[in-house]
Amino acid sequence: MPTPTKGSRLGGSPAHEKLILSNLATSLFEHGAITTTASKAKRLQPLAESMITKAKRGDLNSRRQVMKRIKDKSVVHVLFTEIGERYADRPGGYTRIIKLGPRKGDNAPMVKIELVEALADSPKAKKTAAKKAPAKKAPAKKAAAKADDAAEVQDEVKDEAKASDVTAGKYEGSAAPLADGSAPEGFDIKGNENSMKFHTPDSPWYDQTEAEVWFSTEDAAVAAGFTKAGETEDK
Amino acid sequence: MAVPKRKMSRSNTRSRRAQWKTTAPSLVTCVNPACRAKHLQHTVCPTCGQYGAKGERRQVVES
Repeated sequence: MPTPTKGSRLGGSPAHEKLILSNLATSLFEHGAITTTASKAKRLQPLAESMITKAKRGDLNSRRQVMKRIKDKSVVHVLFTEIGERYADRPGGYTRIIKLGPRKGDNAPMVKIELVEALADSPKAKKTAAKKAPAKKAPAKKAAAKADDAAEVQDEVKDEAKASDVTAGKYEGSAAPLADGSAPEGFDIKGNENSMKFHTPDSPWYDQTEAEVWFSTEDAAVAAGFTKAGETEDK
Repeated sequence: MAVPKRKMSRSNTRSRRAQWKTTAPSLVTCVNPACRAKHLQHTVCPTCGQYGAKGERRQVVES
């Protein structure tokens, strides 16, 4: 008895299954990444990998073998000219499956199957990356720039204010920690410069946080470019 | 064809059904320091849409 194929049977008939897998492979090579159910992705993965191996070989016979499954000539062209070349040094493992959690409606486990290293190359990924990168990096950069500016000011201030108990911090309304690391009086909000977050005394991470800087009020911390710990960026 | 000889009592039915119990899924805390939400292990965080280990290897999967 021949060994059965690994994974689930798809569609209503062998012909249907073949078509589903061919269409999935076509979409994968066209877009670089597709979202589908876990069982389909697990069937698609070995098919896609063997197609890329054929694309790396690149001769007429392997092209014809791929053409048996992928009917779109332009996709086959992209596969043989771009995708195959990209993986010249990679001995297999061209795709990656990431679980996305169950789908609304039928609770089917959804995954994202993508070509590895493709993120920067595909036009779609470029767009989203370009959109996300400045949005996320801008505040961090601003804060860093602020910190640099403030640090220079602070050095001058430090020399003058060394005698006093509370050393002014890098930011407005902040104070540097005392020599033993405890809070200067009136400044009870911890600022963590590594994560650019601040912790109020009722934060769950308050005790374990090492404060580089202390703030008097939440508003001062926000103004200095810190975010409240526990709050997500997306909200 | 085999058929039940007796009607199943309400008591027996309910005793059997009383054993149907749910279990809480084990969750992990999102690695993203800005998110810290609970989500299923080895799955994209549904709150912030990120997946993977810390730093460079972490990627944004969902927009």
